[in-house]
Amino acid sequence: MAATEQIALALPDRRSRARRAHLVLGGGLALACLLSLAVGASGTSLWGALEKLATGVPLTAAEQTVLWTIRMPRMLLAICVGAGLAVSGAVLQGLFRNPLADPGIVGVSAGAGLGAISAIVLGAALPAVLSGPWLLPLAAFLGAWGATGLLYAVATRRGRTSVATMLLAGIALTAMAGAMSGGLIYMADDAQLRDVTFWQLGSLAGATWAKLAVAAPVTLAALLLAVTLGRGLNGLALGEAAAGHMGLPVQRIKALAILAAAAATGAAVAVSGGIAFVGIVVPHLLRLATGPDHEPLLPNAALLGASLLLVADVISRVIVAPAELPIGIVTAILGAPVFLWILLRRRGLVDL
Amino acid sequence: MLRATDIRVRIGGKPILQGVDFRAESGQVTAIVGPNGSGKSTLLKAITGEVDSTGGLEINGADIRRRKPWELAAIRGVLPQAAVLSFPFQVGEVVRMGLRAGISASRSRLPEMALAAVGLEGYAGRLYQELSGGEQQRAQLARVLCQVWEPLVDGQPRWLLLDEPVASLDIGHQLVVMQLLRRYAEGGGGVVAVMHDLNLSAMFADRMTVMARGRVTASGAPGEVMTDAVLSATYGCELRVNAAPAGQSFLLPHMAVAP
Repeated sequence: MAATEQIALALPDRRSRARRAHLVLGGGLALACLLSLAVGASGTSLWGALEKLATGVPLTAAEQTVLWTIRMPRMLLAICVGAGLAVSGAVLQGLFRNPLADPGIVGVSAGAGLGAISAIVLGAALPAVLSGPWLLPLAAFLGAWGATGLLYAVATRRGRTSVATMLLAGIALTAMAGAMSGGLIYMADDAQLRDVTFWQLGSLAGATWAKLAVAAPVTLAALLLAVTLGRGLNGLALGEAAAGHMGLPVQRIKALAILAAAAATGAAVAVSGGIAFVGIVVPHLLRLATGPDHEPLLPNAALLGASLLLVADVISRVIVAPAELPIGIVTAILGAPVFLWILLRRRGLVDL
Repeated sequence: MLRATDIRVRIGGKPILQGVDFRAESGQVTAIVGPNGSGKSTLLKAITGEVDSTGGLEINGADIRRRKPWELAAIRGVLPQAAVLSFPFQVGEVVRMGLRAGISASRSRLPEMALAAVGLEGYAGRLYQELSGGEQQRAQLARVLCQVWEPLVDGQPRWLLLDEPVASLDIGHQLVVMQLLRRYAEGGGGVVAVMHDLNLSAMFADRMTVMARGRVTASGAPGEVMTDAVLSATYGCELRVNAAPAGQSFLLPHMAVAP
């Protein structure tokens, strides 16, 4: 009898906790959004503006500009980037069956980096018609997709993608893209070097509605695709053969997982540069809290990733105000110790 | 009925199966035995589609290769030899994955019943990775059972295809699992198990298929297959089969006595 009760109690436990986490994390995201709108270098008050809106007093031009054309798109972009990176991390960890996998592993980051550096260094030589503010994100996005597509082609034989080959080829491709980027950096002049460095550090400072219009649909599509993969990724945890025996279309799951991760990461890196650790730390924290079931994990990763990036962005804005610290520095400084702490605390469980 | 005809498998250019004919009836436990490297696991993998093969493969009268993965999942469960699991899933979560693969998904009490059937009552909340090897193997079997719990659905048998289901179990749980497989067969389902232990196979199987060097060397009821001649030729050493008073064949390991 005792045994049956224990089963009855144990089975729904983590599932209901994971579902409660949807609400908690959703609330957290709402708070982070408010914080992101309220805090900034200009001293414009969100509350003052809301009060004016409520009482029908027109906003000043400065308030409109700060809130509507600077903070709002920046907030939404942070949500896209944070959710995209965190969900990509969760998807790739599921696909590679390795809790330490991150978006960099499928060559996305290296490809995007090469694209971005090419745009910065070679873009100057292009005729003016071809170079604009959209050149860098476009080049980064194409680089991300090119790298992932190449890896997928290398790792796929007779309709079966070898995840292990992809992992190892990813290391080779990352090294090669790094060498080519190095060559470009060697050619670059001082101003370009500065641009490259700042791009690599990552920033949401350039957020505009136009950038958002490009990044948001891609990210949203990738997120919607990713959350349908929960059951498939759970099955892959048992190995590809067992997943297939359970009736899961294994090859389709792998292809869609790679597609979703490349799209979300590509869009994120294109608009924000290199932002580290969100993809590893967010899914890891959630697994500790609510278990590894991917079905609640993927939406929770989107919510927590977005919240964390919003908070990191606020920190990057206020810590050296009126200047801004690149957000990649903030996420790495916060993320790396958390990552180490996870490793040391649960050493047994990440035994590869 | 499950039927494989003239199955050939090459792995890395090396022929592993060289024209194997195999059949298993529903309502029976069929054991595949043979020495290490004889191709018995490969035969099972060819039947499940895990390795590419040529030849005929039929389950319940339909071509296995033409069935979609989810159609096959509804009529047969597969227990792999090596049970791997990444991420710290709980035992109950692992077993529930099998539930969702099968067509009995609405039966939410099934995971508990399957765990109880393999002697893992009360393990649902335990972390899979913290179980012993034998317990993990039984948890995987519970997952597979969940997938095809009823041995007969609409008069159609369902199948358990198992690679060494009792290899790392203690003798008590070996008997629990083998009796479970017997009951599944007696309920109308089909059981095909790659087995290491000849005595357990002889005790519980209705038919035994003996393999050596990628070919079937004998096949039939345990009494027909468990003979000095067949086993000595198959395993390449001198073996003597004894009979228990109830007529059951058994084999005791012995060393040739020096003259």
